[in-house]
Amino acid sequence: MSIIEAKNLCFTYGINTPFEKKAVKDINLSVNEGEVIGLIGHTGSGKSTFAQMLNGLIRPTSGQVLLDGRDIWENPKEIRKIRFRVGMVFQYPEYQLFDETVYKDISFGPRNKGMNGDEIDKTVRKAAKFVGLSDKLLQKSPFDLSGGEKRRAAIAGVIAMDPDVLVLDEPTAGLDPKGRDLLLAQIMQYHNERKNTIFIVSHSMEDISRIADRIMVMNKGNLEMFDTPRKVFSEVEKLESMGLRVPQVTKIMMLLREKGYDIPDGILTVEQALYEVVNLLKREGKL
Amino acid sequence: MIRDVTLGQFMPGKGVIHRMDPRVKIVLLIAFIVFIFCTFNFFALGVCTAAIITAIVLSDVPFKMYLKSLKVIIVIILITSLLNIFYGTGDPIFQLGFLKITLAGVYRAIFVSVRIVCLILISSCLTFTTSPTDLTDAIERLMKPLKVFHIKVHEIAMMMTIALRFVPTLLEETDKIMSAQKARGADMESGGMIKKIKAMTPVLIPLFVSAFRRAYELAVAMECRCYRGGDGRTRMKTLHMKPLDFGCVGFAAAVLAGIILCNIFLPAVI
Repeated sequence: MSIIEAKNLCFTYGINTPFEKKAVKDINLSVNEGEVIGLIGHTGSGKSTFAQMLNGLIRPTSGQVLLDGRDIWENPKEIRKIRFRVGMVFQYPEYQLFDETVYKDISFGPRNKGMNGDEIDKTVRKAAKFVGLSDKLLQKSPFDLSGGEKRRAAIAGVIAMDPDVLVLDEPTAGLDPKGRDLLLAQIMQYHNERKNTIFIVSHSMEDISRIADRIMVMNKGNLEMFDTPRKVFSEVEKLESMGLRVPQVTKIMMLLREKGYDIPDGILTVEQALYEVVNLLKREGKL
Repeated sequence: MIRDVTLGQFMPGKGVIHRMDPRVKIVLLIAFIVFIFCTFNFFALGVCTAAIITAIVLSDVPFKMYLKSLKVIIVIILITSLLNIFYGTGDPIFQLGFLKITLAGVYRAIFVSVRIVCLILISSCLTFTTSPTDLTDAIERLMKPLKVFHIKVHEIAMMMTIALRFVPTLLEETDKIMSAQKARGADMESGGMIKKIKAMTPVLIPLFVSAFRRAYELAVAMECRCYRGGDGRTRMKTLHMKPLDFGCVGFAAAVLAGIILCNIFLPAVI
């Protein structure tokens, strides 16, 4: 069943000024409950604008966002309720931490949602566990944490609202490779337990190919492709013309195929590649 | 959206006023403000107004922008003229209880209103045609003599430049943080005054933190480029007076002469 839909969604910045810019142009799509959607595109392709329309932070200039089949702007006064259902984690979310302790900061969303004391405590601790923050850290000031921990705390602040749709805008930007892998793994673990829908904006094709069920490719405000990673990453030339690329391992496998090696199309992860290469060598009797 | 707020209303252009030396512009602005208050009858004020309108026409800025800047102070104009209307002496032309309106009062109200409008127009003319950096540059140059009194002119100018530079940056940051807190269900629109102020805490704290972080980063960046104050520092753009600037000074002198002549030889209406 589709949980979130976009219908002829458009957004223009600075309407009626010399700086008018169409950021999102006529996007139509439908996303099913429990899907992980990767969102890729060059800087300025409208990804962030699109993401912010999903939870009503910006109002589409035309078109609609449907949540469970209902326009989220049906009743503009109730738009806050939508924001609890569609959680949004901004880029560099650590800059939004403000409260005295990490615990209080994570509980900001649940408090706004109107949960009572026990519920808040439960949901905060659960969210902290999902992102791997220990109980000891919860009583610290958010400004005393390390960069990676701050990022986790900020993401926990959104997860704590228990949204049905979670939008993450480059959650791993600026983290070291180990921190990046860990955070992604934690997000995916959260997804597997909660079974919610996730939108994840990323510049790392490797990350996206590993976790996404389907990928949205945006270019100059248009939705160019919306398909499985396999299909999307088979269109190397099209992606490269948009300033994007395919995962490195996909590219290597593709080059091997062009050289005449018998390797199947659409390999996205190193594990897959390893498996295929070993198979190939075995077939040729070299292993 | 908060981003739409325009601070520092510089309008890039190539008009006569744009090409003037910013120092001359500032000095002439001060001169014109003095002129406006040295007009004692309608004829003198007329000369002054004509000069200001000439400046506006030459400024290559759409007249709509000037109207916009006047819109802000319309309340002030109304209040002052209202007060002045009742202050005149002489025969009342309209009377209601102890309030009386005299012809002199009406004249005075018009006179004061025109003065205020002139003040705003000529100041806007400066801010529209001069970029903030040019402005601080010129202020630095003009304040140089104050060094005798051990006033750190360069440092003050540098602080002004940095402050101006970071206004849009901080506005953008505020916008971002507000969105992020709204996404967490922060309610900033509803409720009374106190509730609204309280609702700003989640925005103000991260904003302060980030302002301090930026200040620290900027300080490090400046030190890395061996910045150590204004002593012995040369400038990329040195300001030179051009014939145009002398012309403008001449024009201002002519206006001053006109005002003085009007004041002396023409009758005062009020």
